[in-house]
Amino acid sequence: MAGIYQKLKPYLNYVVIGVLTLVFAVLSLTGGLRSSDIYMLEKIAISIMLAVSLSMVVGFLGELSLGHAGFMCVGAYLGGKCSCILEPTLGEIPALIVSLLVGGAVAALFGVIIGLPALRLRGDYLAIVTLAFGEIVRSVFMNSSDESFGGSLGLETPRFDKYTLFIIALVLVLACLAVTQNLIRSKHGRAITSIRDNEIAARATGINVTKYKLIVFTVSSFFAGIAGVLYSYSNYTVQSTKFSYNYSIEILVMVVLGGMGSINGSIIAATLITFLDMKLQTILTGNLAVLQDLFYALILILIVIYNNASAFKDFREKYNLKALWAKFKKHDPAHIKDDEAKWDRVPSKIKVDEVLSVDLQTTSPYTPDKGKKGDK
Amino acid sequence: MNFIETLINGLSIGSTYAMIALGYTMVYGIAKMLNFAHGDVIMVGGYMLYVTLTATGNPILGLLAAVVFCMLLGITIEKVAYKPLRGASPLAVLITAIGVSYLLQSTAQIIFGSAPKMVNVASLGNVSFVGLTIPVYVLVTLVCSLVIMTALSLFVKFTRTGRAMIAVSEDKGAAQLMGINVNRIIMITFAIGSALAAFAGLFMLMKSPSLTNTLGAMPGIKAFTAAVIGGIGSIPGAMLGGILMGVVEAISLKIPLIAPYTDAIEFLILILILLVRPTGIMGKKRREKV
Amino acid sequence: MSEIVLKTENLGISFGGLKAVQELNLNIKKGQLYGLVGPNGAGKTTVFNMITGVYKPTTGKFWLDDENLTGKGQETINHKGIARTFQNIRLFNNMSVIRNVMVGLHNQSEFKCGVMASIFRLPIHFKTEKAMRARAKEILRVVGLEEERNNLSCNLPYGKQRKLEIARALATSPKLLCLDEPAAGMNPHETAELMEIIRRIRDEFQVTILLIEHDMKFVSGLCDEITVLNFGTELAQGKPEVALNDPEVIKAYIGG
Repeated sequence: MAGIYQKLKPYLNYVVIGVLTLVFAVLSLTGGLRSSDIYMLEKIAISIMLAVSLSMVVGFLGELSLGHAGFMCVGAYLGGKCSCILEPTLGEIPALIVSLLVGGAVAALFGVIIGLPALRLRGDYLAIVTLAFGEIVRSVFMNSSDESFGGSLGLETPRFDKYTLFIIALVLVLACLAVTQNLIRSKHGRAITSIRDNEIAARATGINVTKYKLIVFTVSSFFAGIAGVLYSYSNYTVQSTKFSYNYSIEILVMVVLGGMGSINGSIIAATLITFLDMKLQTILTGNLAVLQDLFYALILILIVIYNNASAFKDFREKYNLKALWAKFKKHDPAHIKDDEAKWDRVPSKIKVDEVLSVDLQTTSPYTPDKGKKGDK
Repeated sequence: MNFIETLINGLSIGSTYAMIALGYTMVYGIAKMLNFAHGDVIMVGGYMLYVTLTATGNPILGLLAAVVFCMLLGITIEKVAYKPLRGASPLAVLITAIGVSYLLQSTAQIIFGSAPKMVNVASLGNVSFVGLTIPVYVLVTLVCSLVIMTALSLFVKFTRTGRAMIAVSEDKGAAQLMGINVNRIIMITFAIGSALAAFAGLFMLMKSPSLTNTLGAMPGIKAFTAAVIGGIGSIPGAMLGGILMGVVEAISLKIPLIAPYTDAIEFLILILILLVRPTGIMGKKRREKV
Repeated sequence: MSEIVLKTENLGISFGGLKAVQELNLNIKKGQLYGLVGPNGAGKTTVFNMITGVYKPTTGKFWLDDENLTGKGQETINHKGIARTFQNIRLFNNMSVIRNVMVGLHNQSEFKCGVMASIFRLPIHFKTEKAMRARAKEILRVVGLEEERNNLSCNLPYGKQRKLEIARALATSPKLLCLDEPAAGMNPHETAELMEIIRRIRDEFQVTILLIEHDMKFVSGLCDEITVLNFGTELAQGKPEVALNDPEVIKAYIGG
């Protein structure tokens, strides 16, 4: 029994999501699910897909992206438009498949375009470029003509049989998970994480940094595009205001709270945040609605401070769940699993080391090998 | 003539951006963090101005109240949310800053509601000379921000505190060993940045009086973009970037064909500049030692 | 033994007005243990940075096995057969020891496996993973880190981290292995052990080794030939006992 568990352990997340999909599918076909539940499942599936795909860029490649919603926006509009055109001639399912592919592919193309400056720019500068990209995309779709993408009113997309869309969404989540996880747990994943851990050493070890950065950006934006197409099907309408940088940041929060470099963490965080978000929306109505953002903000600040403040370090190390689990299993914390990354060690390459200056000269005098002893 | 009017208008928008960008750049250079909540300090300053203005009707008093309140707010945010995270990963601090930004926005909404408030600072009218018609608020903005920015540059360059700021920015540890109180310097930086934000809030409300809880969000992002264009960390760079953004915005808004895409154009300029100069116009090229 | 692996001709670089290295001529023969010594700031690491592609030389050229690699990128130079370690250790800190070495094996032709093959989990993926693990274990055995292979690399003591860097560089099957102060921070016992390991590496992997070191006992005990640098220029060249007794060299070290 223990042997089977050990063998299954790396695939536990597929099994859990797969079983849940089956359970919910049976429930929905027998009429056991309310339409609000179905809507929530669709939203959770979309969030998971966004979080997992962003975690590739932030958690494994170590670049900060603040424009994930932009890729989703591209997918949502193009996929939505595609389904509008194809639905009457092709029928529901083929139109869905083609739109998913088109939305994903165009988003992936944009991923390559954004991945290119990533090769030249340092972490924090790349972050602002991705943010700018997201805003550009949104602005372009917002100002499109009414006939093309619906302009500021938004694009109307076809209605899909709502009892099966979430099943398709969950199956796509499984596919996304399989691709991401298989890529990360391979020699290519090792190359990607080596770039995060130390780019200079990775280059010196012969890792083709350019190639892997582009691969990660492409795959990640492909799935963001797919999530966008699903969004357009789930919402019946696509509005550009949804995809502002606030939404990109919401996805980033899921990845960060889930723990950098942990796919399962991203899945859990995406599920919980989406669930809470929608539940709070139904509980806090009317005048109380403003409290939702307040709670969200407070929880966010408290969690990050608790997880990172140096003042709580001893407490954290003594009483965290992982340490208790390790004690329980008599597991040596120095040994690690293959894909694990430590949150407080190399979370992301974003590097803030620009210094304040009042002078106008732009190049700093450089002295090589200065202070050799100090470097050690 | 029309073009010159647009240009002057652009300079005034730009100097507002520059004021905000200075806050970003100084906090980035000294505390080494992207302070995403900076834009919302503008909004808080705006509400403070609104409250004082409705109570007393005196715009100078309103401005003073806004500046003082924003400075206190900046210091409090730093002490409560950022200081515990000193030395933590920049990403953790970034997420906290985003949390603070949401917190400020939602608190403002709870207190003041979501309907926009009208803040009529003072009716200043227009002034015309040599055939140009320019609103007075534009001139006020320009002159005020010029004075403030010059003062700030001189402060950083020539005072003890200013030089201590540069020292802390270069090397926190070494500065501490030289007897500089790093915590105090960081506190002062946040106070100055927030005061500049309060001024920017006033300028923005003079231009268009409608005040909501997201007043600072978009200008904040644009000013951050301006700081990066200029080369983040560089004080002259932040001014240059801000002015550039403002002029581009004013010109683009005047051309009907591209006016709706103004935001997109500004962000596109950022991307193009970073492609040519990866550390911004005045950013220093730093090489990681191998 | 006389075949030349690395040849540099008038190699030099300047930063602004400062000539960090000038007119460096090296001829490193196959199988040699070659030392690069000199006082602090002499430009030794800069030489490493030039021949591994971190900096582009401003003058001169260098060849590896008669192939001109001047101005090529770091990745290309590594593929062509120059691997290095760093003075300030640069490991992949979030990975276990064995995974660090497996990253080094990434580009070896016997471990080819496309991205798609990995995503779709084709049999070749499992085959290469298994083979890479076995090979990495083998390399770790040579440097004496086999027992530590599942530990997080940043938890290793300093001396072992240096050895792991050597193992990772070795995994890229270089023709020329450049070691930047491999014995820095090691105690005498560890240093002696390291000398043994470096000799073993040269013999077992048939690799030429170029190293920077401050410990003169280490250099004279290990190297076949050395070049002494001072202020970016070559002071002396030849057998360690000859070159280190050169009056110019003694003057550079002691001053006078």
